[in-house]
Amino acid sequence: MEYTKKELPKRVFQIGLILTVIGLLLIGVSYGLNFQRTLFNNLIGFVFAAGVSIGALVLVALEYLAGATWSVPFRRVSEFLAAALPFVFILSLPLLFNLKEVFHWVYINPDTDELIKHKSPYLNELFFIIRLVAIFGIFFLFYSLFIKNSRKQDESGDQKLTRNNVKLSAPFMIIAGIGISFIAIDWLMSLEPHWYSTIFGIYYISSTLLAGLAATTFIVVLLKENGYLHPRITSDHYYSFGALLFGITNFWAYIAFSQFLLIWYANIPEETSWFMMRWIGGWKYVSVLLIIIKFAIPYLGLLTYPSKTDPKRLIAVSIIILFAHLFDVYWLVMPSYSKTIVFGFYELAFPVFIVGIYILLFYFLSKKQNLVPIKDPKLERGLEFHL
Amino acid sequence: MNRKVHSITGLFNTPNEILNAVEEIRKAGYTMFDVNTPYPVHGIERAMKLKPSKLGYVTFFVGVSGALFAFLFMTWVSVNNYPLIIGGKPFFTWPAFIPITFEVTVLSASIATVLTMLFVMFRFPNISNPLHDTNYMKQVSSDKFGIMISSLDPKFDENSASELLLKLGAKNIELVYYPDDIKIKVFEPKFIIFLLLVAVLTSGTTYFLLNKLMYMQPFSWMSEQNKVLPQTKSDFWSDGFSNRMPVPGTVSRNYIGYEFKGKPDSVIYGLSNPLPFNSKIIDIGKQRYNTFCSPCHGYFGKGDSRLRNQFPAPPTLLSEKVKKWVDGNIFHVITNGQNVMPSYAKQISVEDRWAIVHYIRVLQRAQDAKDTDLENNVK
Repeated sequence: MEYTKKELPKRVFQIGLILTVIGLLLIGVSYGLNFQRTLFNNLIGFVFAAGVSIGALVLVALEYLAGATWSVPFRRVSEFLAAALPFVFILSLPLLFNLKEVFHWVYINPDTDELIKHKSPYLNELFFIIRLVAIFGIFFLFYSLFIKNSRKQDESGDQKLTRNNVKLSAPFMIIAGIGISFIAIDWLMSLEPHWYSTIFGIYYISSTLLAGLAATTFIVVLLKENGYLHPRITSDHYYSFGALLFGITNFWAYIAFSQFLLIWYANIPEETSWFMMRWIGGWKYVSVLLIIIKFAIPYLGLLTYPSKTDPKRLIAVSIIILFAHLFDVYWLVMPSYSKTIVFGFYELAFPVFIVGIYILLFYFLSKKQNLVPIKDPKLERGLEFHL
Repeated sequence: MNRKVHSITGLFNTPNEILNAVEEIRKAGYTMFDVNTPYPVHGIERAMKLKPSKLGYVTFFVGVSGALFAFLFMTWVSVNNYPLIIGGKPFFTWPAFIPITFEVTVLSASIATVLTMLFVMFRFPNISNPLHDTNYMKQVSSDKFGIMISSLDPKFDENSASELLLKLGAKNIELVYYPDDIKIKVFEPKFIIFLLLVAVLTSGTTYFLLNKLMYMQPFSWMSEQNKVLPQTKSDFWSDGFSNRMPVPGTVSRNYIGYEFKGKPDSVIYGLSNPLPFNSKIIDIGKQRYNTFCSPCHGYFGKGDSRLRNQFPAPPTLLSEKVKKWVDGNIFHVITNGQNVMPSYAKQISVEDRWAIVHYIRVLQRAQDAKDTDLENNVK
């Protein structure tokens, strides 16, 4: 049984296009109706998409660095998701031009606020933009190098290209850890510049990994069940996806609970205020729901062996985890916009648009390239993978 | 020869042969057979149609019990049995119970898994199997792939089983018998005595090292020093105490006697504030005031304290009476106490008391500020 390239049906393109157009319309309307709220939603969309794309890129690098073989048949899926990095950067542009609408450290006079004064060497508009451009520049550079080698290998089958990517992936891992922490601190933590939490970077890193992995799992299982991937992919591969999703879900819960427990126990006002904002004014329900959909449901859904190998279960859980990632970012961002709970069509515009763009991007990329890295030296071992 | 047959065994050369053989044996209706290979053969468990292990249920059940036990036990201890207020939290502080609940869950689940595996599945302390020390076991642990069909199988029959194995291409088809007497090696006296010896030796050595050797010279030199320790018996002094009282009339360092101690404030004279009136001193005074005075007198000296209604209300420090007092009077009240207010001479040093006096003056002035107080008289 060998892989034969099959083009994705036209319907994928149509769905992507419809979602993109609806999303764009909704975004246009909501920018006209409520500028500030739409900017906050733009922030949610940016951080959500950054999580998916950077998470996917980290998975690609992780495969090279750890010498993993089981994930080789699906590496292209992660690569396609990571290809949205420039689009994610474009998502941040409306915010960059209106920073003062979202981040109040931009317009507060540092002389009247002792903490912001001390943080101003880090939290100022120029350095903020430099950091963003630098992080996305470096991530995109590594992405292009990984992809260039990976695509070249589809034609030449040169083993050296894999070795090059292994060498690249080691520094990338360090940079990714630091870069994602910077994104978390800049775009999420600085919404409340008076708040302290030293664990917040790893909190967002765990979410990022989870988002990238859930998106990859969803697409892989969907494509495989419809026969677009290599036919020799077995339930052992599915099991690995399920186990990894289960593990990172637990990791996220561990980090999230550590953050909560330490702040709750120490009970220092400058730390607890952040959780108080997420407990009063109806946000309590969002907080409790987050625990349920990001931890309880995936945990119970993936606990047993058969559920980790069941394609339907994997699709359902990975969709829930992806939604939970969006919900998590909503929970992180929106209490800074409103003291009482807000939810409406404003919150739907960006997710619809982003999902549409990802589908379109996937469609066009899969037209030009194989969905399986056919000449990767580790492919055969990856297909022979058994637990 | 009346030995009981344990199983019939056959050897194959390649993993593919054994995969095929397993399929055929299963199709022939055998259920109790096993495969021994020098390395894990992928897909063998599917070919054998092995059911998933039951071990997971033990892990799950004991894990859940452990979680419940830990959580309920902590709840019982901290709510019913020994309630203690910790960090101003309520007695039922469930988030604080989570880490221990998690630890106990993992601990109980893993211990239950290992013990179940050892005692139920591997039947410890029996560590022998009739297949041990047979030619079959020697072969499958080097380069052959073996199948054994157990005599406990309801379909088992020596002749038909060996025919089936022969048909499938097995070599070295052999019968394996139960040994005449099953010895549980763990219970052999030699082993038990050895265990006891090791236990006595380790605990004896540990006891000697920690309780004897450390109190012998030269190891004891660090702990037995030629000096008088507080709260010990002394042979030198006639009263037998190592602690001595200071010589009568001793004063502590930096101690300055207060001549108006216990006297009414009307007799105070000649006390003047030795400290300069500047922002550094006022900052010190403010800090001490907020620590020691504000609980009763309030942050602004108005007498509206955090402890109001619990004590007789302290008077305001902004009254005309206090404003007219000289610094020495305020110092006297802090040092000597007044009415309900105790003496603060022990808590606050002399300099700090004077700094507080300065700060009280600042508070008084701030309540009654004039335009001229503003820098450059800006309105």
